[in-house]
Amino acid sequence: MAGTSEILLVGVGGQGTLLASNLLTLALMEAGYDVKMAEIHGMSQRGGSVSSQVRYGDRVESPVIELGGADILVSFEQMEALRWLPYLKPTGRVVVNDYRIAPAPVLSGKVPYPDGILDELRGKADTTVVDAAGIAKRLGNARAMNLVLLGALVKGMDLVSCVDWERVIRENVKRDVELNLKAFREGMAQVGTR
Amino acid sequence: MSVRKLLTGNEAVAQGAWEAGVRFASAYPGTPSTEILETIAEYEGIVAEWAPNEKVAFEAAMGGAFAGARTLASMKHVGVNVAADPLLTMAYMGVNGGFVLVTADEPGQHSSQNEQDNRRYAAFAKVPMLEPSDSQESKDMMRVAYEVSEAFDTPVLFRMTTRVCHSKGIVECGERTEVPVRTYVKDVRKYITVPAFAQKMRVRVEERMKRLAEYSDASPLNAIEWNGRAVGVVASGVCFRYAKEVFGDAASYLKLGFTHPLPDARLKEFCAGVETVYVVEENDPIIEERIRILGFACRGKDLFPPYGEMTPDVLRKALGRGELPHLEASPERIVPRPPGLCAGCPHRGFFHEVGKRKNLVVAGDIGCYTLGFTEPYNAMDYNACMGASISSGHGFQQVLDMVPGEKRRVLSVIGDSTFFHTGVNSLLDVAYNRSRTVSVILDNRITGMTGHQQNPGTGYTLQGKPTKEVDLVALVRACGIEHVVTIDPNDLTAVRNALDWALSLDEPSVIITVWPCVLKKMTQADLSRFPDLFSGKCRVIEEKCIGCRMCLRTGCPSLIYDAAKNKVWIDPAQCVGCTVCKQVCKPEAIVKDFKETAAAPGALAGAKGGKG
Ligand SMILES: Cc1ncc(C[n+]2csc(CCOP(=O)(O)OP(=O)(O)O)c2C)c(N)n1
Repeated sequence: MAGTSEILLVGVGGQGTLLASNLLTLALMEAGYDVKMAEIHGMSQRGGSVSSQVRYGDRVESPVIELGGADILVSFEQMEALRWLPYLKPTGRVVVNDYRIAPAPVLSGKVPYPDGILDELRGKADTTVVDAAGIAKRLGNARAMNLVLLGALVKGMDLVSCVDWERVIRENVKRDVELNLKAFREGMAQVGTR
Repeated sequence: MSVRKLLTGNEAVAQGAWEAGVRFASAYPGTPSTEILETIAEYEGIVAEWAPNEKVAFEAAMGGAFAGARTLASMKHVGVNVAADPLLTMAYMGVNGGFVLVTADEPGQHSSQNEQDNRRYAAFAKVPMLEPSDSQESKDMMRVAYEVSEAFDTPVLFRMTTRVCHSKGIVECGERTEVPVRTYVKDVRKYITVPAFAQKMRVRVEERMKRLAEYSDASPLNAIEWNGRAVGVVASGVCFRYAKEVFGDAASYLKLGFTHPLPDARLKEFCAGVETVYVVEENDPIIEERIRILGFACRGKDLFPPYGEMTPDVLRKALGRGELPHLEASPERIVPRPPGLCAGCPHRGFFHEVGKRKNLVVAGDIGCYTLGFTEPYNAMDYNACMGASISSGHGFQQVLDMVPGEKRRVLSVIGDSTFFHTGVNSLLDVAYNRSRTVSVILDNRITGMTGHQQNPGTGYTLQGKPTKEVDLVALVRACGIEHVVTIDPNDLTAVRNALDWALSLDEPSVIITVWPCVLKKMTQADLSRFPDLFSGKCRVIEEKCIGCRMCLRTGCPSLIYDAAKNKVWIDPAQCVGCTVCKQVCKPEAIVKDFKETAAAPGALAGAKGGKG
């Protein structure tokens, strides 16, 4: 549908992509958009590749993002950004966490973790690399990485003023609210608007 | 008062059931249906229960409907196979209070062993069917389903698919309508299915189908949206949403929500009103076949694949419109992330030992332990459906024993939840027919694969209340098995000894391995029963590690091989100290450091498991 915006959040099971996409979806609803979110919880959850797909606009039909559909791809892990790259519009934007999680074939020494991922991303799409893990750690809890990336996403999609984000986060994040708010703000500062 | 909420389709079904006055609900977990009952359990006014299998869940809900309340059963698509026996006869008997069976189908097989199209069950059982296309409809159609059930005296099939179950959308929620329990009046001509009565019921079913066909044509759930007349699209469920993305506002639509029986008059009107009809449906060409029977031409499975999801990219490609412009990534930079047993999974020690043995055929079953077939264990030959390991293993052994010179023995492997599901029947077969097979029950104290549901062996209900726990050893013995041993699967010597012992017998035997799933939320009972749980972590003494990589053959994801140093190290964030790697380390380079208060990783991670 014309006028539908599409956000793809990807990562590895356990990284907190779901909390980020839930906050995003709630905020978009409060901002008055129609919104749908799809996620596949397959066997993939055990350290597998995970994705949440969020589509919003005046009226949203399908919950899924197709190849070449996403306006922005936010990846919580380096290699996952490449895996999902085909789902991005060629003019779309990549926000990638400078963070690696080794899959089983790498852990067991069968293959190395691939090099040159960030360069490839930069060469193919408008890419912002965010050290979300470093920022979150500096703030006191590496798990707040997801809020850093949510902040970056909100800025990147120009959603900063559509809703009172601080209130949405306060109302829906149970633990470490102040830290998560800081993480969110720092995330926003990492990305410029287009 | 109405409230807007963001709900998944499954949550919306629960809300809809509550609003419709449902009083009793029963289910057996299975992706993508599981959260329906987990959500219903949170509502006041509905008694919600896990049943040991889908047939039992269906029958419990059926009994409740006979007694006069609105009731619900929910299950994944293959679960309906298990419940098919009562379904096909309840269709003759009808209801007293309304009855809805929710089937959650899996086009695309994200977490399932097959892709069967349960719309066929509506035709097979001759019952009405509804198909919502998003969360709002999932909620709204529940009320309609109960009205239809009571008005037409029939069970109703409610078909969800993975995308509807697991996608979130905005739902206008309402209040609960209290529907009083109808009085049960004994009526043998309605409820006793001896042939003399059932033959009359059979006739009534056909009459009912005629009235339902009229209803279907009049139902606002089957609605035409006229736009341009060149292209018309007929679709149900989430396919309607996909079609709208691809065909846009220029095409006309017949959106089907009440899909059995199909609305013939509406179909005719629509097909006559447009130049080309496209039918978009996942799996079988059911709507398409109906349109052809009605004498109209249409495009359907000649274009669109008969398997997988009909997502917009699939439709676009099938229509010859190619793909949307997109970027490609270098495949050599993308390493797969295959599913594997978690660090500390109690299935690991067992499969490590089984995989080393020759002359074994391993009959598998469905659960996390199915991963026993994977590298590095390679310790499973086949699996089919829940409960099939023990019974098919018996048949396998019977035939192997007919072959001269054949020495292989069959080991049947099943999880605790799967054993209670339908494995017990199979074990009765093994005992009764004096099988030589070795049956292994991998009791990890929970239904792991579907995300940690309680079952009759865990001692807790759906709501987490303490209840009677099955005495597994006594149950196995009561089936007629004399040789039973219980072991800790993390103790590799114990696993080896148990296998040697069982394989030395010429009579049926059962090995029960007991250790809790590492992701499970541990109860006080677990902590006192398994005092070693999380009592420390393993660590590699670097000087002693010779880089032989024997430990990597346990397949534990907390072991990391450092090629530069030719050493292995253990990620303390993942290790829970199960010591399987320590036991296989010849140079004794791995030690376990005991800590007083190591926390349970399951509790910390808040991890909700995989699916199945
Ligand atoms: C008939 C049927 N119902 C439900 C399922 C979904 N399902 C797959 S595995 C599983 C449970 C496995 O639990 P358990 O046997 O305890 O093994 P675990 O995963 O804990 O190792 C379920 C319910 C299914 N595949 N088939």
